[in-house]
Amino acid sequence: MSVQPFLIAGAGLFSMGIYGILVRRNAVMVLLSIELILNAVNINFVVFNAMLSDTLLSGQIFSIFVITIAAAEVGIGLAIVLMLFRNRQTANINEFDLMKW
Amino acid sequence: MVTMQTINLLAEGKATYTDGGVFAEFAWIIVVLPFIAALGITFFGKSLPLKGAEIALGSVFFIFLYSCILFYLNISKGVASEFFVNVGSIGSFQIEFGWVVDGLSIMMYFVVGTVSLLVFIYAINYMEGEIRYTFFFTSLTLFAGSMLVLVSAPTLLQLLIGWELVGVCSYLLIGHYWEEKENSSAAMKAFITNKIADVGLMIGIIILALSTGTLRISEILYQATHDYEAITAVAYIAGILIFIGAMGKSAQFPLHVWLPDAMAGPTPVSALMHAATMVTAGVYLLGRLFPFYQGIAHEALDVVLIFGVITLFSAGLIAIVQDDLKKVLAYSTVSQLGYMVTAMGSGAYTAGLFHLWTHAFFKALLFLAAGSVIHAVHTNNMSEMGGLRKEMPKTFITFIIGTVALAGLPPLAGFFSKDEILASLNHEGHNLFFMIAVAGAFITAFYMTRAVLLTFYGEYRGHGHPHESDSMMTNPLVALAFLAVVAGWVNIPGIYTGFTNWVTTRKNGIIEYHPESFDYFALSSGLFAGIIGIGLAYYIYQIISRPEDGDSKIKFQPVWRVLENKYYLDDFYFKYIIDPVKLTLSKGIDRFNTEILDRVINSFGSAASYLGGIIYNKFDQGGIDKALNLTSSGTDALGGRVKLIQTGKTQQYLMYFLVGVIVISVLVLLVL
Amino acid sequence: MGAIDIVSYFLILGLLLAAVRVVTTSNVIHAAISLVFTLAITAVIFLLLSAEFVGMVVVLVYIGAVIVLFLFGIMITRAPLGQNAELDNEKNKTLGLVISLSIFALFSYVIINSFDGKMNITEGTSTQVLGEILLTRFVYPFEIVSFVLLAALIGGITLARKDNALIDEDQV
Repeated sequence: MSVQPFLIAGAGLFSMGIYGILVRRNAVMVLLSIELILNAVNINFVVFNAMLSDTLLSGQIFSIFVITIAAAEVGIGLAIVLMLFRNRQTANINEFDLMKW
Repeated sequence: MVTMQTINLLAEGKATYTDGGVFAEFAWIIVVLPFIAALGITFFGKSLPLKGAEIALGSVFFIFLYSCILFYLNISKGVASEFFVNVGSIGSFQIEFGWVVDGLSIMMYFVVGTVSLLVFIYAINYMEGEIRYTFFFTSLTLFAGSMLVLVSAPTLLQLLIGWELVGVCSYLLIGHYWEEKENSSAAMKAFITNKIADVGLMIGIIILALSTGTLRISEILYQATHDYEAITAVAYIAGILIFIGAMGKSAQFPLHVWLPDAMAGPTPVSALMHAATMVTAGVYLLGRLFPFYQGIAHEALDVVLIFGVITLFSAGLIAIVQDDLKKVLAYSTVSQLGYMVTAMGSGAYTAGLFHLWTHAFFKALLFLAAGSVIHAVHTNNMSEMGGLRKEMPKTFITFIIGTVALAGLPPLAGFFSKDEILASLNHEGHNLFFMIAVAGAFITAFYMTRAVLLTFYGEYRGHGHPHESDSMMTNPLVALAFLAVVAGWVNIPGIYTGFTNWVTTRKNGIIEYHPESFDYFALSSGLFAGIIGIGLAYYIYQIISRPEDGDSKIKFQPVWRVLENKYYLDDFYFKYIIDPVKLTLSKGIDRFNTEILDRVINSFGSAASYLGGIIYNKFDQGGIDKALNLTSSGTDALGGRVKLIQTGKTQQYLMYFLVGVIVISVLVLLVL
Repeated sequence: MGAIDIVSYFLILGLLLAAVRVVTTSNVIHAAISLVFTLAITAVIFLLLSAEFVGMVVVLVYIGAVIVLFLFGIMITRAPLGQNAELDNEKNKTLGLVISLSIFALFSYVIINSFDGKMNITEGTSTQVLGEILLTRFVYPFEIVSFVLLAALIGGITLARKDNALIDEDQV
């Protein structure tokens, strides 16, 4: 079985995640899009693991690590969004623009 | 690879010392224990009946006991050994930690142990009901532990780590009430001033390490005392740089500015910091490296002497004009540290450490007594105290003992240590410095008597009814008062000079002058200056005016103002160092915006419109005119557009970033 | 082209459709549900690629925990449930589309030109072997990641609790 369809699926997920990050207004939706990107990475890891027939299973183990980090990231990210929401009564990231000219 | 190595000094033929046996071998416990205790307080403190204070107290009590044992061993047999734990190497440098058990460090263990124990007992009561009680004890335990890391260091690396840890803990403790801006900026000031000095220390350590090829202090001192060429070449500059580090921690002029502000912390912190755990670090460092200074860096030692003398005199003068009781004591500490550094600078190793030893006890006593007063009257200002000798007899008596010890009257501790410093200055023939030091003794006696009179005599000028503090607070005072009386008796020339033997019991021997008997000229001038100081203060504040009048009778305006503004040193720092850095940076960025970015855009616009004006006048042509106007407004609009890139919207920034990434990737693909 | 290939093409198609739905729907709840579908299909793909354990982890951790967390986040920040035309930033849409499509094009170009390997997926992966490798060869990263999780836990609590809780606690 060729790896290309899976890799292209990963690339598709990745670019959709990018699109989501760029376009979504709600901070929670942005975090959701980041999950798509991480998932794309996972797919690539597992596909390459299968392609190289790695006896150490590095690809699979690293995708487990990525999932762990993703869980941590969601926790922290949602806590930050919550904090912002509590202070500004909105989760719209366009309104967090204090760093402008 | 962790290996442990013991250096047994007996093997080097110094039969007068022992290696300290099992107690020296396990001395690491007292260094590690505070850190374990701090962890324990952090995790379990709040659920305990005393909210973590008992863990802190227990660990400090253990340290006290252990240091007593070591102290006894040192007195009876003399202990000098060091232990190394190798944790790896960087290049040719072995990274080693360990612990030194010799006369000097045992003396410091004992001071830290004793003062910490009494301060901790005191703090349990003093801090009761205060905010962040448990956290306070965590930091206080860490503070003591950091100081032990510092004084137990057999390598410069560990010394530096302890040095920085002490700085961090002091930051936490000074800023304990950080809700008020003033306190947090005092903490920041202490940290930054120390940090500036630490850069000196760090460079000095790097120079020493590179020129000797080792980080072990005893190795460096061995090379220094045997005139190795590499270290001799850099001795002067390294000596100065390390002294700059000591200037920061030991608050020498002109880096003393942080110490008075450090009064923002709770009083137990001030007592601990001023007596045992922080400001003594600089003097200890000079003492630890003394063979180096004495052997090959005497020019640096002269610089040390000059700064010590300036400090002891100038800080003493400021203490006279302070209204804040704790600040009087703070400047007094700076002044006394000046004495210690002066002693070191004049080559009197024992005298400097002896003053450190006595000062630790009576200054801790004074601070804790002042804390007891402040606890009772809820203010730091002496103008709102007065007449407290009736209400607070125990505090009054112990404060008097501390005052007399500091003023240097026999037979209390300060008398012997100050006399030894004066004697060594006299012996070395530094006549001018000797006179300044005697004048310093006069000033010391004057401001301390003033503080006593304004606080305890006259009529009570504050509000409410002050009352004596609990026994938890007064008992440490009594213990410290006892030590302030007897601590000086361990080094009486001609009678008993045990202290000299204790602190010179170390691997790298000290060669110095020890007076066989009292130097009666130095003794009488110091004593005379002290009595005159007390007498004059009594005359001014008791006879020609009342304590209620404050300083009105002797306010000689111009001098007073300079002193009240602390020689304008803070203003100087703000005006010439802090503000320029702050302002040039922000101004520079602002200027870049207004003058370069805006001007480029504006000058396009204005040049174009100027040109347009000329052509309009000359040709009076609607078509050309319109085109030029378009150019000018186009440039203007472009300027506005370019500015808009900075929208503050994260998604837009990310877009720009990704466009860049894509462009670069495409380029790479095309090239490859 | 065997049956397994056809299955995998369908899976990939479903994956991409679900992912498109995640980023284009104007209903926050639908976005989260679509993410569940995306992840579920990913898990099936993992099973297909003989990474059974990773597939199960995806189901348990992602679908089980992370999505629930997201739903909580959506509700706590009071995002309007149901259709919401305001959800997307219209100004960014065109440029965002261009950027993501060019990234996709770049990746596809690279993949098609450089990676044409075949996968050997006849045998499954023993979870026992995976566990042994995780706790021998990768034991340091494993421990470090567990510390990262702990730090994230503490950080999340610190960030999310109310400010005055800081003061109240010390006065206890």
